[in-house]
Amino acid sequence: MVLHELIDYSTLKMIWWLLLGVLLIGFAATDGFDMGVGTLLPFVADTDIERRVVINTIGPTWEGNQVWFILGGGAIFAAWPPLYAISFSGFYLAMFVVLAAMILRPVAFKYRSKRPDPAWRSAWDWALFTGSAVPALVFGVAVGNVLLGVPFKLDPDLRMTYEGSFFGLFSPFSLLCGLLSVAMLVAHGSVWLVMRASGEVAQRARRFGTIASGFGLVLFAAGGYLVASGYVEGFRITSDIDPNMQANPLAKQAVVEAGGWMRNYAAHPTLWAAPGLGFLGLAGTLVLLQTRLEKLIFAFSKMAVFGIIATVGVSMFPFILPSSVQPEASLTVWDASSTHRTLFNMLVATIIFLPIVLTYTAWVYRVLWGKVDEQTIERDNHTAY
Amino acid sequence: MELNVVDLSRLQFAMTALYHFLFVPLTIGLSILLAVMETVYVMTGREIWKRMVKFWGTLFGINFVLGVATGLTMEFQFGMNWAYFSQYVGDVFGAPLAIEGLMAFFLEATFVGLFFFGWDKLSKRQHLAATWAVALGTNFSALWILIANGWMQHPVGAVFNPDTMRMEVTSFFDVLFNPVAQAKFVHTVSAGYVTAAMFVLGVSAWYMLQGRHLQIAKRSMAVAAAFGFASALSVVVLGDESGYEANLNQKMKLATIEAMWETEPAPAAFNLVAWPDMENRENLFAIEVPYVMGLIATRSLDTVIPGINELVDRSKDRIRQGAIAWDALQKIRANPAEASEDIRETFRQNAGSLGYGYLLLPYTDDPLTATMEQIDAAAWSTVPNVFPMFYAFRIMVACGFFFILLTAVFFYYSSTGKLDVLREKRRWILHITVWSIPLPWIACEMGWFVAEYGRQPWIIESMLPTSAGVSSLSVTEVLLTLAGFVILYSTLLVIEIALMIKYIKIGPEEHTPDKEAIPSAMSAGSAPRSIPVPAE
Repeated sequence: MVLHELIDYSTLKMIWWLLLGVLLIGFAATDGFDMGVGTLLPFVADTDIERRVVINTIGPTWEGNQVWFILGGGAIFAAWPPLYAISFSGFYLAMFVVLAAMILRPVAFKYRSKRPDPAWRSAWDWALFTGSAVPALVFGVAVGNVLLGVPFKLDPDLRMTYEGSFFGLFSPFSLLCGLLSVAMLVAHGSVWLVMRASGEVAQRARRFGTIASGFGLVLFAAGGYLVASGYVEGFRITSDIDPNMQANPLAKQAVVEAGGWMRNYAAHPTLWAAPGLGFLGLAGTLVLLQTRLEKLIFAFSKMAVFGIIATVGVSMFPFILPSSVQPEASLTVWDASSTHRTLFNMLVATIIFLPIVLTYTAWVYRVLWGKVDEQTIERDNHTAY
Repeated sequence: MELNVVDLSRLQFAMTALYHFLFVPLTIGLSILLAVMETVYVMTGREIWKRMVKFWGTLFGINFVLGVATGLTMEFQFGMNWAYFSQYVGDVFGAPLAIEGLMAFFLEATFVGLFFFGWDKLSKRQHLAATWAVALGTNFSALWILIANGWMQHPVGAVFNPDTMRMEVTSFFDVLFNPVAQAKFVHTVSAGYVTAAMFVLGVSAWYMLQGRHLQIAKRSMAVAAAFGFASALSVVVLGDESGYEANLNQKMKLATIEAMWETEPAPAAFNLVAWPDMENRENLFAIEVPYVMGLIATRSLDTVIPGINELVDRSKDRIRQGAIAWDALQKIRANPAEASEDIRETFRQNAGSLGYGYLLLPYTDDPLTATMEQIDAAAWSTVPNVFPMFYAFRIMVACGFFFILLTAVFFYYSSTGKLDVLREKRRWILHITVWSIPLPWIACEMGWFVAEYGRQPWIIESMLPTSAGVSSLSVTEVLLTLAGFVILYSTLLVIEIALMIKYIKIGPEEHTPDKEAIPSAMSAGSAPRSIPVPAE
């Protein structure tokens, strides 16, 4: 009896697909508001002290949040090696742009307060803006491209060639997804500021949050319409596929098919809950931003993030990276994962460490909780950013 | 020289890794030193130790963020530039990276916020726990990344599967307890501790020369000297362990470090200085120390260490075997479902040398029909350039012994309570210490070079050549990102160094009269004990 056979290979693949969702949602729900706040920085805060208020609402905790992104990379590498290899080398220049922008963030947080010079501080403010807005946009554009299918081919040795270009990534639909991503995270970040900042900053954040969630609703509906109407085609597996098979993306047949991304909803109507939560979350955020129920608004903006990302996942299932030029080479949950043994070992590691991580993260948030305003910044002048 | 994707990708990886490794060793070591200093603070209750933690913590923070920033690239670069490698070994190699995130990055990144922002929000003990969490997190991170790297040097616990076209884990336990990884881990974190100790000694020595912050400088020196001395010894001992492991697993790396072309009778001599000539495959001259090499690498008097020429000859056999494996693999891949058992058996028998078969691909499309010349060329491609290997290793080792000496000197003066003697009579030692600040970084980078360049031409030792692991990218794409990273990183490095210097010049927060009054009034015991040094 070998330990990893305690759980079916196909079940493990399913669990890892769900965990991938947890990671992406964890990233978007936590680092997402950091990105939203960074994007809003030049718009909700005019004076240096206002900007410090904004920055210090996320200053002590943003770094832990960013680990969701790094962990996402590591977990995809471990659980879905072909997905890691094909997506990051395929989206090569876009990935570089994201990295370059994100590299600016840690530095901007730390170095901004190291000199009082206004030009110095303004430069780092724009670095924070870039490091937040650009990844938010590019992640959405990338998801749009995944939904459209990515132009990659696999040869018999599973060596990938990519037939797209950097500018080819920016189609109307993928830009729509990019803007939706920005709107979603800006709304989320606004809610964070409403909750953690006060005075003028919080007031402005309320206005931007209302606008962003409104835009988010329109864009999410428009994206849904484009997929449902068949303007954006989906994919379908046309051959048998054994969920317990060894990883080999070339062992199946698949086609591009209008309406392909709607099939799961027809088969399992309960899945409509995913887009439903997306709409409900955005609408709730929009409405509740006009009230003082701060924690409740935050619950709704998290719901929006959850619903929108889950919608992408369940629409595509079992596809995780479809190929537009060689559909049979598309990566799916069943044929692109690591081995039975690795998925099991990684699950054990996750079961041990994830609860620990969540526990101490919650504790750290509790310790650092409280409104940040101009008085607290002046009081903690030495420790605050 | 014609630009190609493989060389540019290697250059890019080397560049981003070397930059990343400018910040990592100091983070690893300084985090522990901060935790030690804060432990003293909590145990004694003396405010001066808190000021030390805050001062070194400021410098730690300036360095830490660039470690985080440049580390982002590392996590994604395998997929971006080394897609085929990623697909080929992700089943084995991805797990340590993911666990590093779960176990190490979350810990350090979550608690580093509390370290800086939690002074007034936490009790003393809670804050100390946060500081230790940061230190543990950075060190766990090194553990997992070196398990991953150790596997590239010595790929244990995995086997190639022709049906999935990748290497798959057979024993996760073997991957974790890979002896190469364990030796590398202790060697590397010790190097980080030495880096931090030398940094603290150097900055403190500068304050002593300036006659500033003497209390803090001396206390910092005492901690750094003890810590640094123990770590410097550990670096050399575990470096020796790495040499021993290299002889077991990476004989070519060892032979090039030593510029040993011919196999010598045991125990082999150590080349102290030599002028390796790659063209003619000989040393133009060499100063030898008899017996030493054999003793280090084999820990015996009668085990023979093979020279480069012999190793090249040996690899020719493996290349021929690898060509057979490669050919069988092609037949299996063409139609996996219907490949005959004969072909699969042929593959199984030769699979161990598949990587050597790939070495022929730059010279011929069909390895099975390779000529003698092509096999010869492929065999010689297993030799990394000897000259830089030889000297990078010697610079690293020379630095290592110098660190033992210097930290021992400080350990002597601090444990006998005579650090003031340095300031009054032996200022030249302090001057040397200040000027030695860059040396640990040089040693660390050289160490990285020996380990990674010395693994060439393999991306995974004997399994997959670097040239086969690369992504399908254009030269323009890699050039763009290479230039982008160089410009971005260099700019940030310049800013980082400027800020470091600025904050070193500002120095630790001085005791202002009213602040001084509080601790002496509240804890009567601590004030008189901090007075006796008359110089300050």
